[in-house]
Amino acid sequence: MVHMYNIVKKEKLTPQVTLMEINAPLVAKKAEPGQFIIFRIDEDGERIPLTIADYDRDKGIVTIIFQEVGKSTKKLGAMDAGQGILDFVGPLGKPSHLDGVKKVAVIGGGLGTAIAYPQAKKLKSLRVQVDAIIGFRNKDSIILEKEMTAASSRLFVTTDDGSNGNKGFVTDTFKKLLSEGKIYDLVIAIGPLIMMKAVCELTREAEIKTVISMNSIMVDGTGMCGCCRLTVGGKIKFACVDGPDFPGHEVDFDEAISRQDIYRQEERLSLERHECRLGKN
Amino acid sequence: MIDQTLKKVEILEQDPNTRNKNFLEVALGYMGLSETMAKEEAGRCLNCKYPKCMDGCPVGVQIPQFIELIVSGDLEEAYQKIRETNSLPAVCGRVCPQESQCEAKCVRGTKGEPVAIGRLERFVADWHIKYAANKPIHVAKNGKKVAVIGSGPAGLTCAGDLAKSGYEVTIFEAFHTPGGVLMYGIPEFRLPKALVQKEIDQLRALGVEVRLNMVIGRIYSLDELKQDGYAAIFIGSGAGLPSFMGIPGENLKGVFSANEFLTRINLMKAYKFPECDTPVKVGKNVAVIGGGNVAMDAARCAKRMGAEKVYIVYRRSEEEMPARNEEIHHAKEEGIIFKLLTAPTKIMGTEDGWVKVMECVEMKLGERDGDGRRRPVIIKGSEHLLPVETVIMAIGQSPNPLIKDTTAGLKTEPWGGIVVEEETGATSLPGVYAGGDAVTGAATVILAMGAGRKAAQAIKKYLQA
Ligand SMILES: Cc1cc2nc3c(=O)[nH]c(=O)nc-3n(C[C@H](O)[C@H](O)[C@H](O)COP(=O)(O)OP(=O)(O)OC[C@H]3O[C@@H](n4cnc5c(N)ncnc54)[C@H](O)[C@@H]3O)c2cc1C
Ligand code: FES
Repeated sequence: MVHMYNIVKKEKLTPQVTLMEINAPLVAKKAEPGQFIIFRIDEDGERIPLTIADYDRDKGIVTIIFQEVGKSTKKLGAMDAGQGILDFVGPLGKPSHLDGVKKVAVIGGGLGTAIAYPQAKKLKSLRVQVDAIIGFRNKDSIILEKEMTAASSRLFVTTDDGSNGNKGFVTDTFKKLLSEGKIYDLVIAIGPLIMMKAVCELTREAEIKTVISMNSIMVDGTGMCGCCRLTVGGKIKFACVDGPDFPGHEVDFDEAISRQDIYRQEERLSLERHECRLGKN
Repeated sequence: MIDQTLKKVEILEQDPNTRNKNFLEVALGYMGLSETMAKEEAGRCLNCKYPKCMDGCPVGVQIPQFIELIVSGDLEEAYQKIRETNSLPAVCGRVCPQESQCEAKCVRGTKGEPVAIGRLERFVADWHIKYAANKPIHVAKNGKKVAVIGSGPAGLTCAGDLAKSGYEVTIFEAFHTPGGVLMYGIPEFRLPKALVQKEIDQLRALGVEVRLNMVIGRIYSLDELKQDGYAAIFIGSGAGLPSFMGIPGENLKGVFSANEFLTRINLMKAYKFPECDTPVKVGKNVAVIGGGNVAMDAARCAKRMGAEKVYIVYRRSEEEMPARNEEIHHAKEEGIIFKLLTAPTKIMGTEDGWVKVMECVEMKLGERDGDGRRRPVIIKGSEHLLPVETVIMAIGQSPNPLIKDTTAGLKTEPWGGIVVEEETGATSLPGVYAGGDAVTGAATVILAMGAGRKAAQAIKKYLQA
């Protein structure tokens, strides 16, 4: 008998972003903010890493939030509660270091908000003062606003097009807070590489320690393939075992941005083929 | 009458120019040899009174005895004879470096070719799989639980031996498929995955539980395993951490570790993309750095994935290559180009960050170093460019630090190998044993198996005490 990991709950947060609760008691028991899982839907499936957005040790549940961008995430997004997936490995990666800080800015870009959320929540529980800034394309793509409100002392939500009444990038808001004289002893920035790079440029100038979270392409997630490698402080690091958190000021973002699109062509092909099949059925 | 022929009976193989486009096994037909051919080859064995071949076998397979059983046509008995000391004959018959082990010692080799011990082992094992049903073994359980970490040859052997003695064995494997390197590293054309699957099915039939997706060190610590009632633990987690050279350009797109390249192709079946979801990128021109089995496998996979020119770039000469002779021979037949006494110094890319060309230098062999091999030295002014789009690093692996990093008190070497007592595999922690590549660094299937077996013996003793 094949063991399956059951989908306990599914919720569409936006048309593209889905939240799922997966029954994985052993993973839930060990999960910490900053860690991730790797899932595989079926025998022919690929291994896809996703950050652990939340966990409930008592219920044995791990929450994942994902954007339906490629074949596998689209396929997963089309599944429903009650169905199961074949593989769900974790918790992988090092937990985030959240001790010994007092004032923290948590900056989330798009889906990165889902990764930043458990960290903000943990910080809040440690009685740390958390200013959270989360940014989205438009009003309809905002996720976790309620949760982030609860997990922060103050929450700022920006949209690129201003459709929520607060136009601009997360960096604009952050710059404003800095210019108002706000002092942070740590910045956690999670989102698209471009955004994390921009935040790091600001904080380098302001000399604020900044931690970013890498979302590299992975295969095993245990340090055996090196596909997730990046340069940090001039040295090769593996995002899956040395990270996913890294000191932002030492990361070679340009290289990471370049490596992100290794399989862009193949991903497109795979997706087109998938959608074409769905169309036929 | 002793067969006087100097050459081994030829094995039937796919034509090199056909096989370098498919992933089917190189040897044709299931067993490589027909029964008549096997008997003919077996007839070349002199049945020495003091068989040297057995000294060459790390697990002491009773070689003349099993070969004699082939001559008399008792193939199932021949199989059982091998099984007495080797739990994975179908695998070892295919991947053991016989030329430096049993066959190196065969007296027939002093004049002409040695007896084809590896091919005979494989023939017997395949015959067994095809014609002899495994008798269901019923073992009374003794109620003692043992945890085995990793399902490579070390873990599988240790688990099998313990299960046969009644222990309740659970294998914890990080990947979604058991088998270790046998599944993710060694390609289908050299070791059909169905064979490995059969071995694992046999273990399950013995009552061994295989739990997949279990990264020990993350989901369970060793202490937690003990708390869960495992009275002893065997660590067979292999040597999975890939090395890079540290030359400029290694993070360009198109540079892979052999582990990544082979895992994508073998475990994730990238050769079936887009039917299977995992892709791999292979350029028209591919350079594989290294001279071991891993390098040969990567090069031959690249060729099969459609690369036009595939180079093996190795800094010493062919004589020093650690790969099995057969792999070197097959690679050459399949059109792999050997650039020997050559080492890469730099990889250069396009504007978009893709590999475009690799700078190399020529080497010559100088003084012998610690391990007796002549040390390669750079020839000044020999820099030259090799246009390639893909570079695969196959320059070695070391043990993954995950278990070491999460287990207080587990002694390891500076390079990561777990320190054990040679004869028993006992680590610095009571009740915890280790063996295979996790201890030795990247070695061989047969040595890993031997270590698994030794540790199983020691664990039995430990738990009886
Ligand atoms: C491409 C390639 C070709 C080779 N060719 C040959 C050959 O022709 N002949 C030969 O004799 N040898 C060959 N070898 C070497 C041989 O395969 C190895 O020496 C052998 O497999 C080692 O066995 P092992 O059981 O120690 O480890 P492995 O086979 O590496 O198995 C270790 C297992 O442990 C799992 N694991 C690791 N960490 C954890 C963890 N924390 N928790 C749970 N599970 C974990 C891994 O996923 C893996 O499945 C080759 C190796 C490679 C890579
Ligand atoms: S994903 Fe393979 S090493 Fe990180």
